[in-house]
Amino acid sequence: MLRRFDVHRVTSVAEAVALRQRFGEDAAIYAGGTELLLAMKMGVARWPHLIDVKPIGSLAQISASTDTLRIGATATHWDIERNPLVAEALPALAQLEANVANVRVRAAGTLAGNLAFGEPHADPPSMLIALGARVLLEGRAGSRSVAVAEFITGMYETALAADEVIVAIEIPLPGKNVRAAYVKFQILERPSVGVAALGTVRDGRFVGAPTVVVGAVDEMARPVPTAQFAGADARDAGTLEAIADAARAAVEPIADLAGSVEFKRHLVGVITQRACAALAAEAL
Amino acid sequence: MATREIRLRVNRGERRVVIEDQTLLIELVRGLGLVGTKLSCDSQVCGACTVLLDGRPVSSCTTLAIEADGKPVETIEGLADGTKLHPLQEAFIERFAFQCGYCTPGMIVSAKALLDAHPEPDVAKVRHWMEGNICRCTGYQTIVEAVLDAADQMRSAR
Repeated sequence: MLRRFDVHRVTSVAEAVALRQRFGEDAAIYAGGTELLLAMKMGVARWPHLIDVKPIGSLAQISASTDTLRIGATATHWDIERNPLVAEALPALAQLEANVANVRVRAAGTLAGNLAFGEPHADPPSMLIALGARVLLEGRAGSRSVAVAEFITGMYETALAADEVIVAIEIPLPGKNVRAAYVKFQILERPSVGVAALGTVRDGRFVGAPTVVVGAVDEMARPVPTAQFAGADARDAGTLEAIADAARAAVEPIADLAGSVEFKRHLVGVITQRACAALAAEAL
Repeated sequence: MATREIRLRVNRGERRVVIEDQTLLIELVRGLGLVGTKLSCDSQVCGACTVLLDGRPVSSCTTLAIEADGKPVETIEGLADGTKLHPLQEAFIERFAFQCGYCTPGMIVSAKALLDAHPEPDVAKVRHWMEGNICRCTGYQTIVEAVLDAADQMRSAR
């Protein structure tokens, strides 16, 4: 049962922006509703107006150029996990998307909505941050692009301005020899910890430093300082243990139903090692 | 109060229904007397309220009824053909894949979506697809077996 609200179906981004300006705090953007409607049912959020952006046809598109994958704001996890362009260009993202929540949430929920909600226990942010993805926004003053790392500013907090609408997520495609991996541990509907790793391994060594981002344990996804591992032996247990140490130090886990601070910090180490080991295992 | 009339196909019948914007899909289908769709967790976790919206499984507890405007909705009541049960329903009976039965409509509807998309799933596929449907009685083994049996049955009937 939901309290009363009005749904405004818009057919252009300009119309959505105009309604955002008109209703201000009284309106929220509505697409999949998988987070929004839950929050409203629980009574932790109330908006008298929902702006439904799904009728804006262009927002559903997924496209790829030679160096960028562009995922429209209303593309669902279901769409993304099945999209041949995603499977070809970024199989690790396709696999991540195929394991978000459950099949019903994937069928309705969108990637953009996942970011917009700023839910800390989420799969996509760590991977998108590791890949250097950006959120394209449109507002009263025009459009701008914000790195996902800067878009999510805290628990359930983002840099989305009151008049703005997410238009798309743009993901720079990693080079041919760069491998990406996402490994998570999960006992409930949301990940207890998820680690994204990105890097190139040649002749058993990291080329440059791997990128490692830890998600779902802290207020937001945290990048791990890894500069010291440039050129390190990627198959050496000592290297993986040292990266795991750096990952454990980079997060301030929050205790919840998925476990205590100590348990989560331990998990961060284990899952980081598995994610980094996957880079070496997949290397040519 | 914002009300609107939507047109949708529910199982085999065209319907016109007047709803309010905040009406949930489960309120709509149960309001039509289709009470096989169950409310349980009310938070998209358990799957008891699963219906197919335009062929995709959704939690009707957390889907607005307006989403069904102009689209087909399939509920557990739409699977049997008169008194002839759907192969999934037969398989659930044969395998005794339910005890209290509360999760069963959602299980079967979710499995229907699986077999529509993947007519020949392996065990891993069935388990992955069905992991969002919670059963507190059976332990799942017989459910997975029933879905695989139904897939076999439907394959040999083709």
